[in-house]
Amino acid sequence: MSTLQNSVPTTGTARPPDKSYLRQKLARPAIIYLIVLTQIPVVFTLIYSFSNWNLLRPDRTRFVAFQNFVDFFTNPDMPVIIRNTLVFSLSIVLFSLIFGMMLALLLNRQFRGRGLARTLLITPFLIMPTVSAVMWKNMLFNPAFGLISSFLVSIGGPRIDWINTYPMFSIVVIVTWEWTPFMMLILLAGLQSLSQEYIEAAQIDGAGPIEIFLYIIVPHLRRYIEIGVLLEVLFVLNIFGEIFVTTTGGPAIDTTTLTFDIYKEAFLRWNIGRSSAYGVFAVILANIVTIVFLRITRSGTQQNKEAA
Amino acid sequence: MTSRKLGGHFLSVMTVVIAIVVFFPIFWMVLTSFKTEADAFIYPPLVVFQPTLENYNIALAQSGYFRQLVNTLAITGFSTAVALLLGVPAAYTLAFHPTKRSNFTLMWIMSTRMLPPVGVIVPLYIIFQNLDLFDTHFGMILLYTAMNLPLVIWMMHSFLSDIPYEILEASQIDGVTLIQEFRYIIVPLALPGLMATILLCFIFTWNEFFLAFNLTITKAAPLSVFIASFKTSEGLFWAKMSAAATITALPVVIAGWVSQNSLVRGLTAGAVK
Repeated sequence: MSTLQNSVPTTGTARPPDKSYLRQKLARPAIIYLIVLTQIPVVFTLIYSFSNWNLLRPDRTRFVAFQNFVDFFTNPDMPVIIRNTLVFSLSIVLFSLIFGMMLALLLNRQFRGRGLARTLLITPFLIMPTVSAVMWKNMLFNPAFGLISSFLVSIGGPRIDWINTYPMFSIVVIVTWEWTPFMMLILLAGLQSLSQEYIEAAQIDGAGPIEIFLYIIVPHLRRYIEIGVLLEVLFVLNIFGEIFVTTTGGPAIDTTTLTFDIYKEAFLRWNIGRSSAYGVFAVILANIVTIVFLRITRSGTQQNKEAA
Repeated sequence: MTSRKLGGHFLSVMTVVIAIVVFFPIFWMVLTSFKTEADAFIYPPLVVFQPTLENYNIALAQSGYFRQLVNTLAITGFSTAVALLLGVPAAYTLAFHPTKRSNFTLMWIMSTRMLPPVGVIVPLYIIFQNLDLFDTHFGMILLYTAMNLPLVIWMMHSFLSDIPYEILEASQIDGVTLIQEFRYIIVPLALPGLMATILLCFIFTWNEFFLAFNLTITKAAPLSVFIASFKTSEGLFWAKMSAAATITALPVVIAGWVSQNSLVRGLTAGAVK
């Protein structure tokens, strides 16, 4: 107790005039920190994007105006990379939305073992992504010893080299396994805010489970679905570790997404100018999704305030 | 009525079965970490076997692994602490002394969290090389603090907004200093939120791979980088890999289990409670 009192800073007898001023300015250090660490690098990215700087040939660096941005559209690999990015992110978001919805509905009931089931189901989201990727690649997808192949062969099925035969599908499976719990948790929070009375009233009116789902549950969950989908798109677009560990973007460029291509431009070809220009596109894309997300969350809080 | 009850039981059993199937790869990895390398490859997988801690001894005895474990702890701990020191006061001002611009500030802070790492990795690499921050703990702590800061501000803003301002006003009339106000009012009242925030920072930092992979080599490399080196092992050392992966993943899994009730709030920046 005495140590506690000793460590109390002595209160000034005169009330300092700037006391509440200080209380109003406590966000300054954090804002300055974020500007320095996040906004200044973006400015640099923009500056680099107008040069042809290559770390392997720094002597030839010059200003090339919009050449790198033109390259983005004329690069023959780009249609494949864009397609990969879309297939990758949309299928993961769609699958995790479907499975997450099913699991949330199943968990939104009272039963013994519910807490345990929820705990087990969120665990894939908590496992370090590189651990998940290494585990799936070696222990589940391996054609010779992997659990999936061994099981299929033991029941007379084919031995499949998952990662080499279906590279994109394999990565989508891993990432869906990781991200379904995220969607499940958001939708479960939404379901728990839905009053059971609505459902009971609909049941009395003779509505079946499908009607209740389509006309009561889905409309109620709309905002939760929007938030979950947009946030997951933002996170999934940044996915790198799972691709790096399983396929390194291959075979050829079959699993190279925009994020992975920027990494390859920067750290395999050392093409600073071009990777920066592609990075600018990634930043713009993320900002568009973020703005939509913030619109939705803000409209939500306003609705809540109006309702209150 | 009985058929409905039966259906309910069926759904409950189904939920538990699905949960076990989803969790099975993790369970199997943990089980494999206690097997000998020879036992690890037997199919059907051995459920009864002579457990061994040898793989854990080997994993921890590897100089690389142990150092990267220490690196991960240090980087995660310091970056979370600095993010709290900067972020909690910021959340205080934004929650209790909002101005017309506060709403915009919060949105902007959120947008910095959504900034794709690939959009800044090139300048970070070059700046880090020039300022001798490349492959240093200090450099990684600087970056991870920036990654955690928006999370801290949004979460703590959400939790602090639950505290009635009258309590603070009353204490301010009694003449408490700002530090006393934090120490005796804000921190105790927001403690559950603070703990949830710390756990979330811990989860994100511990698991981060992209920045660590490109901005460290060995000296400051965390465990996520170490584990990725198993990508070429082609299933030759499952037991050792499983032991290393289990130690690596375990702290975050426990943190997540403990904080699962506030996980959603943190992940959605307070948009979903």
